[in-house]
Amino acid sequence: MQPIEIDQLQQYIDAFANKEVYIHLETTNGAYASHFNKDAYNAGAFIRNAQVTYQRGKIVGAGSTYRVGLKLEIGWIYAEGVSQYELDKNNRLLMAGHDREGRLMVALQISETPFKY
Amino acid sequence: MGEHVVVIYPHPDDEAFGAAGTITTFREKGIPVTYLCGTLGEMGRNMGNPTFATRETLPEIRKAELIKACEVLDIHLEMLGYRDKTIEFESTEDVAAHLFQFLNEIKPSLVITHYPGHAVHPDHNAFGAAAIRAVEMFPAAERPTVWAQAISNTHVEELGGPDIENDVSDRISKKLETIMAHKSQADGMLKSVKEEADDIELATKQWLGVESFYTWEFN
Ligand SMILES: [Zn+2]
Repeated sequence: MQPIEIDQLQQYIDAFANKEVYIHLETTNGAYASHFNKDAYNAGAFIRNAQVTYQRGKIVGAGSTYRVGLKLEIGWIYAEGVSQYELDKNNRLLMAGHDREGRLMVALQISETPFKY
Repeated sequence: MGEHVVVIYPHPDDEAFGAAGTITTFREKGIPVTYLCGTLGEMGRNMGNPTFATRETLPEIRKAELIKACEVLDIHLEMLGYRDKTIEFESTEDVAAHLFQFLNEIKPSLVITHYPGHAVHPDHNAFGAAAIRAVEMFPAAERPTVWAQAISNTHVEELGGPDIENDVSDRISKKLETIMAHKSQADGMLKSVKEEADDIELATKQWLGVESFYTWEFN
């Protein structure tokens, strides 16, 4: 993955618009958050292979973290805290944000074929 | 029937941090050890430090790390194909029946797993419960001993102290080698130890030098 170049990533997002795509979306602070810190809560959400079509996708932000929003016909998808991306060899668009220790905090991925499950 | 130890944990690296020293002690005595590893840790948050994995490449990376770790420990590996963080949503009876197929084939003398309800990660708790359920499927007289590992902050308070406390400090280099095999996961954790300690072997001895378990009581 590489740090976000907003113009290039916007082009990638545009290329998946108005197509049936599969979405992977997750955010987590890990299963150990409240184990290591009594005042912390474990919270996270995960969806893999949601099938959607978005009319418009947009990346907004500056510096090191960005937000990506996808406008659906009857709803929305967004991810906050994205800082890196990659178009992988299977033409899947992977976007993610990591903390200082390299741990994943958020991921939004778009593919025209289902993600391996 | 000869001795055979079966280790049942859900994640690649659970065996390294939790039981590598104990496993080494068994292997030194020539006792065969089989690891039934539930998942490939697909949902792990550690992507290396600096990051070299993605959510999509992590499973294959961790699979290769797991195979290498089992070579370091010289143990037999079976990968059971569940998905990380979903085991608790499976049917406990189905998972138990799946585990029992392996146990019934191997007829182990000892099973090592997590202590359900005291193992912090939902997969640990669910896989530990299924492992104990699987052992219960044997007639009482044929059941292997079960060592259940508790890692919750409250386990000593709530369960009393563990009855098995293996001092593995003189197996620590083997244990470290096993942990290092899980590079994507170990980088971050070992880096923080390294930053705080001059002597990594000494520091890890204090952190990882004892492996403790509760002998499970069936009723
Ligand atoms: Zn684990």
